Amino acid sequence: MDFEYFTQLFFGGLTRGSIYALIALGYTMVYGIIELINFAHGEIYMIGAFTGLIISSVLTMMGMPTLAVIILAGMAAIIYSCAYGYTMEKIAYKPLRNAPRLSALISAIGMSLFLQNYVLLAQTSDFLPFPSLVPEFKFWEPYSHILTTPELMILSTTVFVMILLTFLIKFTKIGKAMRATSQDKIMASLLGINVDQVISATFVVGSATAAIGGILIASHIGQINFYMGFIAGIKAFVAAVLGGIGSIPGAVLGSFVLGWTESFFTGYISSDYEDVFAFIFLVVILIFRPSGILGRSQTQKV
Amino acid sequence: MKKVGKWLALITVSLFTLTAVSSAMAADTIKVGVAGAHSGDLASYGLPTVNAAKLVVKKINASGGVLGKQVELLTEDDVCKPEVAGNTATKLVSDGAIVVIGHICSGATKSALGIYKNANIITISPSATSPDLTLSGEYPNFFRTIAHDAVQAQVQAKYAVETLKIKTVAILHDKGDYGKGQAELAQKYFTEAGVKVVLFEGVTPGAVDYSAIVTKVKSKKPELIIWGGYHPEASKIVTLMRKKKMNTIFMGGDGIKDDTFIKVAGEFAEGVYATGPRDISQNPLAIQAKKEHQDAYGSDPGAFYDNAYSATLAILNAIQKAGSTDYAAVVKALQTEDVETPLGKIKFDAKGDATGIGFSVYKIEKGAFAEQK
Repeated sequence: MDFEYFTQLFFGGLTRGSIYALIALGYTMVYGIIELINFAHGEIYMIGAFTGLIISSVLTMMGMPTLAVIILAGMAAIIYSCAYGYTMEKIAYKPLRNAPRLSALISAIGMSLFLQNYVLLAQTSDFLPFPSLVPEFKFWEPYSHILTTPELMILSTTVFVMILLTFLIKFTKIGKAMRATSQDKIMASLLGINVDQVISATFVVGSATAAIGGILIASHIGQINFYMGFIAGIKAFVAAVLGGIGSIPGAVLGSFVLGWTESFFTGYISSDYEDVFAFIFLVVILIFRPSGILGRSQTQKV
Repeated sequence: MKKVGKWLALITVSLFTLTAVSSAMAADTIKVGVAGAHSGDLASYGLPTVNAAKLVVKKINASGGVLGKQVELLTEDDVCKPEVAGNTATKLVSDGAIVVIGHICSGATKSALGIYKNANIITISPSATSPDLTLSGEYPNFFRTIAHDAVQAQVQAKYAVETLKIKTVAILHDKGDYGKGQAELAQKYFTEAGVKVVLFEGVTPGAVDYSAIVTKVKSKKPELIIWGGYHPEASKIVTLMRKKKMNTIFMGGDGIKDDTFIKVAGEFAEGVYATGPRDISQNPLAIQAKKEHQDAYGSDPGAFYDNAYSATLAILNAIQKAGSTDYAAVVKALQTEDVETPLGKIKFDAKGDATGIGFSVYKIEKGAFAEQK
């Protein structure tokens, strides 16, 4: 088919991949440092979207300008999600740090179910409309049939967050401490790094990116409910594994690959088997590269 | 050893007495099960049925009950999931339900029906519209107070061809029992009506984003999109379509004829068509039923309320007319005795579908469903 159709699918996949990437970062960073698959991470994304909705409705009712609403609601969502991420680590994972890894994994699944049901009971089981926070930009009008403004916003925010994160990890003190902890936890603590603090910081950073993802996708799709984190979380986890779990560039690459796979498969073949194909692709990649596209190959028990 | 034996005998006897007492107590009421989605995503489809059953039963109990006995409701949640519905049904059977009002979703109804069939329990659904449930003849214990999907698809095709003058259509569904069934029927009747089906595809419910499928539909340039499924995915797809400047007409079945759809899709819902049960707001019984709900709960009733109200009336009337709770007698009464309900005067045909119930096409105008004549 024609080139325009291809571009539309390309950007559709890129947008989808960006959302996966924002969530996958949290999975991969946490795994990189404490080798835990934090299944409750999708829920943090959902809580970010809910906080965003609540704050933005209140602010819109107060008559704030759109830009202020976006920024304030975004900040509130990030702060809330970070608080949840931080608390979650302290309650559910820290006491199990020296327990068998399976215990921490079960704890994570429990946390995920707990947070879902908590939002279901404290908020609602209904689907809630989410306002499109991103206005239609005038200058973008000619291209909006290929890429809508919310999609453009998702892409540019993701790129911005990636740059910020790379900077954080490569050039700051806490980033250096994170890299050290992920290489060797015991050695890092011997050298005076506060490992607990580093782990907390990892959860906070991961939660922040998930919250940003939550708000962006909710505003793009136009609705949220308590269950939205589950499938998004699973897909992001797949993306993280695809790229090589534990590796940050791997998570981003894996997310884009997964987003494109789904988008092109739907576009050129059939959306009936979209998930089937995405997971077949995962299996094929893992057969040839068991530790993911960019994963370090190492032998260890999972 | 002798002493222990005596004690054991005493305990055994007392256990038997207890069981006898409890079954004697059970016989004092007529137990009616109400099963459906009472929590979760689709609770808005299931809860109105519970309210309807409660109101009807309250009224009937106040005027002496059925066969001189009080009617007791047993409500069980199936979250609209087939894998849960089996347990729900088993629970109702073991709790002694004589008839069941429900289930709400077709998939869940289907998985529960076998259990009711084996236990000889009549099941009457206010909302399960999958045609197979009655047309296949597999479940002689099943009745419903809603027209099945084949009727909906016929109405959709007729309206699209005669009123909207449509030549090409794209059909999307959510791969579920209800959604896919609706989509396949739509495909059948649209093809028969001479409309070209340019796309027929399922989407994954709950996916993060539907841009790809919207792009694909756009490239096929259909004049109409038929949606088979429930409202959450429909509102996402409509929202994305309108944001991508696609003005193609969108039409769904009763799965999207729910005020939640309008609430969630907001301005993007304007102009969307949905088929749903015929407007019965002028029927005096329907007006009364609505008023009872407003008095009791302080709000307007939700989806399938009138169907559930009618189902409850019909089944209790049949038990009364049959003069017993015997399975064959009640089935016969359902098929032969007319009953006045908010849906009009109904009885049931040999397959279990209510006669005299139909579908209309609605269009969303200014945030409300308006019936199209």
